Amino acid sequence: MVVFYRQMMMIRRTEEKLMDVFSAGEIPGFLHVSIGQEAAPVGICAHLRDDDYIGTTHRGHGYAIAKGIDLKRAMAELFGRKQGYCMGRSGSMHLADLGKGIMGANGIVGGGIPVVTGAGFAAKYNGTDQVAVATFGDGTANQGTFHESLNIAAVMNLPVIYLCENNGWAEFSPRPTHAKIENIADRAAAYGMPGTIVANDVLEIYEAVGTAVARARMGGGPTLIEIKCDRWYGHYVGDAQKYRGKDKIEAAMAKDCIRDFECLLLKEKVLRKHDLDKIEAEIKSVLEEAVDFARKCPFPDPSEMMEGLYV
Amino acid sequence: MKDIRYISAIKEALEEEMERDEKVFLIGEDVGRAGGSFGASRGLFEKFGPKRVVDTPISEAGFTSLAAGAASCGLRPVVEIMFMDFITCAMDSIVNQIAKMRYMFGNQYTMPVVVRMPEGAGLNAGPQHSQCLEAWFAHVPGLKVVMAATPYDVKGLLKSSIRDDNPVIFIENKTLYAMKGRIPEEEYLIPLGKADVKREGRDVTVVGVSRMVNESLRAAEALEGEGISVEVIDLMTIQPWDKETVFHSVGKTHRLVVVHEAVKQFGIGAEISAAVTEEIFDELDAPIIRVGAPFAPIHYSLEKAYVPNAEDVTRAIKTAIEQNL
Repeated sequence: MVVFYRQMMMIRRTEEKLMDVFSAGEIPGFLHVSIGQEAAPVGICAHLRDDDYIGTTHRGHGYAIAKGIDLKRAMAELFGRKQGYCMGRSGSMHLADLGKGIMGANGIVGGGIPVVTGAGFAAKYNGTDQVAVATFGDGTANQGTFHESLNIAAVMNLPVIYLCENNGWAEFSPRPTHAKIENIADRAAAYGMPGTIVANDVLEIYEAVGTAVARARMGGGPTLIEIKCDRWYGHYVGDAQKYRGKDKIEAAMAKDCIRDFECLLLKEKVLRKHDLDKIEAEIKSVLEEAVDFARKCPFPDPSEMMEGLYV
Repeated sequence: MKDIRYISAIKEALEEEMERDEKVFLIGEDVGRAGGSFGASRGLFEKFGPKRVVDTPISEAGFTSLAAGAASCGLRPVVEIMFMDFITCAMDSIVNQIAKMRYMFGNQYTMPVVVRMPEGAGLNAGPQHSQCLEAWFAHVPGLKVVMAATPYDVKGLLKSSIRDDNPVIFIENKTLYAMKGRIPEEEYLIPLGKADVKREGRDVTVVGVSRMVNESLRAAEALEGEGISVEVIDLMTIQPWDKETVFHSVGKTHRLVVVHEAVKQFGIGAEISAAVTEEIFDELDAPIIRVGAPFAPIHYSLEKAYVPNAEDVTRAIKTAIEQNL
């Protein structure tokens, strides 16, 4: 329980820090944060070993952290530095650490789902009990690759968990403009796999994913899980969300998976106020260290442009 | 030595590589029980079973990206796309995923995926079953592109492609599947990135790919009687292409014709021509001539008029000989 809380806070504070340095112009490109959706990566990754695979979308910082990415090298990547996981080539949208089973965040909406399905294929091919988890949003569920992947995984009985974080938005368009049905999980029946809906609650997510992972490890095949959540800060950092009323944004922020969990922990006396302060201070120091590390790393040299393009 | 058809040479390459390395598997539409739409994997399902010869739903994007994921976990997939035209459904898989995963993720991966497919006209299959799209893939950093003109070449090149740790777009030609040729009984490989001088000559260099290599050889033979000596180079690997062999030949003949079945505009002939004029312009005694299909979709009933042939190559060679810079 404490680990869950600590990880969720770690993700939130990291992304808040990223928003600060992004706004200050220290990180170029695009930044997509998942603030308000921290329960999903923590509840999911708690079931995964280092040799299990996960593949995410461009909104994937949380999963990388929960799966155990080294924050210093991750930060270096976001800062575009040579010591970053991708050698400064790819930035926020492509964090990857194959050693930890983090297959890489994908900048193409829906591009990663069949790739992760391939990791599940490899696990079955090699006769291991590894599982692969593909995470994506409700907008992605309308890409053809979603349909193709779920159908293939069902037909081939692959150990893959498809995790849809339904935050109600496909970039700037609300759900009714991109899907007639409210629940993405209802589509599971069309592929002949179980579909489950859970709230944006770390314990509920943990339980549902536990069932799916155990089933996949035992050769029971894929599962589709849908998490009902909300997006606080728009599609990307800097998105003024003019397409969405202020009251709606406030309502979204009123539901906070971290604050709810914190209340529960305090009420059950698992943690006390001074424990929270201590966790906060620890996270602050880890983050500052990571940002300092990234700032001190050199940028890649143009002479390294072609390095390793071909083996 | 033994006689073998092009399609059977492909099957032998697949079979030998699957026997050699259990991480190699085949995946695609009807590759298993049906033995492949053109018969490239006939008998392999019976020999290796459903684990290694994997039939898929009709989902090119799904199974091509699946191959990328499997390759990143250490397997060596050989994907079959039934007709090259269908690769359009898997362009994200190839261009954004397979081609970039190694580079984009800081060289953490190797991506040993071979994507096989037949291109070309010849079956009157119309605009969506006959295209030659190699130039698209040669334009994407991270991919290798290979094309084979004979049974001997297709076997050696496919085996090398399967062993290569980079992704390879392996382009066959439907009209060549029935072609017979001689290959050794024993195992052999043909290195990627090396062109093959199929015929030596003094007066003009013809660079061709796939089926057009054979048309160029026919043209060269016809012109021999007229006293014109033609050197024919089969590029074999389009990306990375063997500049050295081409430049050396142009340095000898001082005249160049480039031939491909794909439409002429923005085809690989444009790249080869541009490289020659940029880098060894002084060697040229005549303008470079390109031979390719007209800039139109492939015509169902006018297919013969559409596809370049030995006569077109002959004409181009004569133009190259007659002109002087």
